[in-house]
Amino acid sequence: MTHQNVIRMNHVSKSYGKKRIVEDICLSIERPEILGLLGPSGAGKTTLVKMIAGIEEVTDGEICLLGERMPRLKLMEQIGYMAQSDALYGELTAKENIYFFAKLYGLRGKTMKGQCEKALELVGLLDDQNKIIDTFSGGMKRRLSLAIALVHHPRILILDEPTVGIDPVLRNQIWEQLHELKNEGITIIVTTHVMDEAERCDRLGMIRNGRLLALDTPEGLKQDTRSQTIEEAFLFYGGGAHAQ
Amino acid sequence: MRSKAIASRIIRQFIRDKRTLALMLIAPLFILTLVSLVFNGKDYHPTIAFVHVPKKIIQTLDTKDTHIKTMEQKRAQTAIHNGDIDAIVSNDQGTLKVLLEGSDPSTNQAILQWLQKQQLKGQPGKNLSVHYLHGGKDLNSFDNFGSVLLGFFVFFFVFIVSGVSFLRERTTGTLERLLSTPIRRGEIVCGYIFGFGLFTLIQSTLVTWYSINVLNMWMVGSFWLVLLIIVLLALTALTLGTLLSAFANNELQMIQFIPLVIVPQVFFSGLFKIDTISDWISWIAPFMPLYYGADALRNIMLRGNGFADITLDILALCGFILLFVVLNILVLRRYRKL
Repeated sequence: MTHQNVIRMNHVSKSYGKKRIVEDICLSIERPEILGLLGPSGAGKTTLVKMIAGIEEVTDGEICLLGERMPRLKLMEQIGYMAQSDALYGELTAKENIYFFAKLYGLRGKTMKGQCEKALELVGLLDDQNKIIDTFSGGMKRRLSLAIALVHHPRILILDEPTVGIDPVLRNQIWEQLHELKNEGITIIVTTHVMDEAERCDRLGMIRNGRLLALDTPEGLKQDTRSQTIEEAFLFYGGGAHAQ
Repeated sequence: MRSKAIASRIIRQFIRDKRTLALMLIAPLFILTLVSLVFNGKDYHPTIAFVHVPKKIIQTLDTKDTHIKTMEQKRAQTAIHNGDIDAIVSNDQGTLKVLLEGSDPSTNQAILQWLQKQQLKGQPGKNLSVHYLHGGKDLNSFDNFGSVLLGFFVFFFVFIVSGVSFLRERTTGTLERLLSTPIRRGEIVCGYIFGFGLFTLIQSTLVTWYSINVLNMWMVGSFWLVLLIIVLLALTALTLGTLLSAFANNELQMIQFIPLVIVPQVFFSGLFKIDTISDWISWIAPFMPLYYGADALRNIMLRGNGFADITLDILALCGFILLFVVLNILVLRRYRKL
């Protein structure tokens, strides 16, 4: 396998009208890892991951995935995206939802069934697969969204606040799962504002007002800011929502 | 293939959402039945008073569907003013003078047709002179009402259902989720057309069959041509609904398109004669899908015209569908450029 950057972002900016949402971000991921994006709400995390996922276009700069410039339809097959809100069809069952998305990724027949089943099992929903989504709890919907993001075996997994509304036990399981996926060679980008989750990322990017203020391992960030915890480091970079 | 996934998903959702399914299938039947009950006074037997008409003429009259009375001029005048009788036929120096109560076009027509039939039975040399107590012969007839309503209701319900469901795709975030997959924008639009197409086909068949066979709507043309026009109208409504849903932020705003987009089409669909609409506004008619749909339906159902006579209407409707499909694909660019 030729070694190429998984993700490379070159001076990426995004504006809506005159409003700058993301400002001049450079970042690269060379080998599979879990990259956390930490920042207060409104910092531009979601816009940034949407650009990586190819839903939004950059205003300036460029994003390359697996050596090719985004957005490209072909590249989107390599991406699993889990949005902040659960984008599920409430009238359908869990199985029907995951089958639908699996088909959109071009999966068919036995392969599709097998991969759907595996993904549902991963998030502990195999027994609930025939239930209608409207009867699901918030946590179950979150887990199903995660299963759908995984179903087509993407090489890059983008998770926008994946563990909101999920209880600590399950959250723990999901994070163990994410590390296993990483070991299988999947690159994971996850946005969060939960500090103990941030600790579990390989690298952390601190984002505020659309800028990437720091990018390092959790340990590195703590050392640089002479903090005991990630929370202190986060506050050091002015990351607190009420910091100003 | 991705279109197929979307289409089959829509079909599943539809089957789960029984109320919406009922709205599409039952509501048009219900309303058309109501309208036919209100306007189709088919079983009404008019009452006609004869004044100074020779007995031997009256004896030849067919009284199966008509009540006939002989009266004095004065009493007859009072009766027609009170609405007790529908017409007075009087002998005025060899001419039969007909005075119609006149406020109900369908009654007027029934009486005149009946009188004409009686004349054929052989009263030579008798001319009819027709007068109206109220209204006149220029009152709109509701004969061509039904065929237009048939098209309108299908258009209306498909517009609402498709518009709202596409809107919900956007507000629940599933559209964004769809756009994070390698699906093409065109595939989404096609998926919607196929998925909804199945239900509009069922709806169109049911509504057309019901109107013709149960409501006895006037129908001299081909059932299949009527179905074709209804399906084309439904597809126009479907693509227009999904297109306009892009400009609504919630279901209420979708409903707000009804007075703006749907109601004006009624005025230009032939329920009101376009010739009598002011010139400065009547130019708008050819821009409305229902104008062509209604024209075609009237041509088939009332006049029994064939494919050749409605080719222009069919082309116009296909043009609208194509235009709306392209616009849908372009509008989706707002959510993903690719």
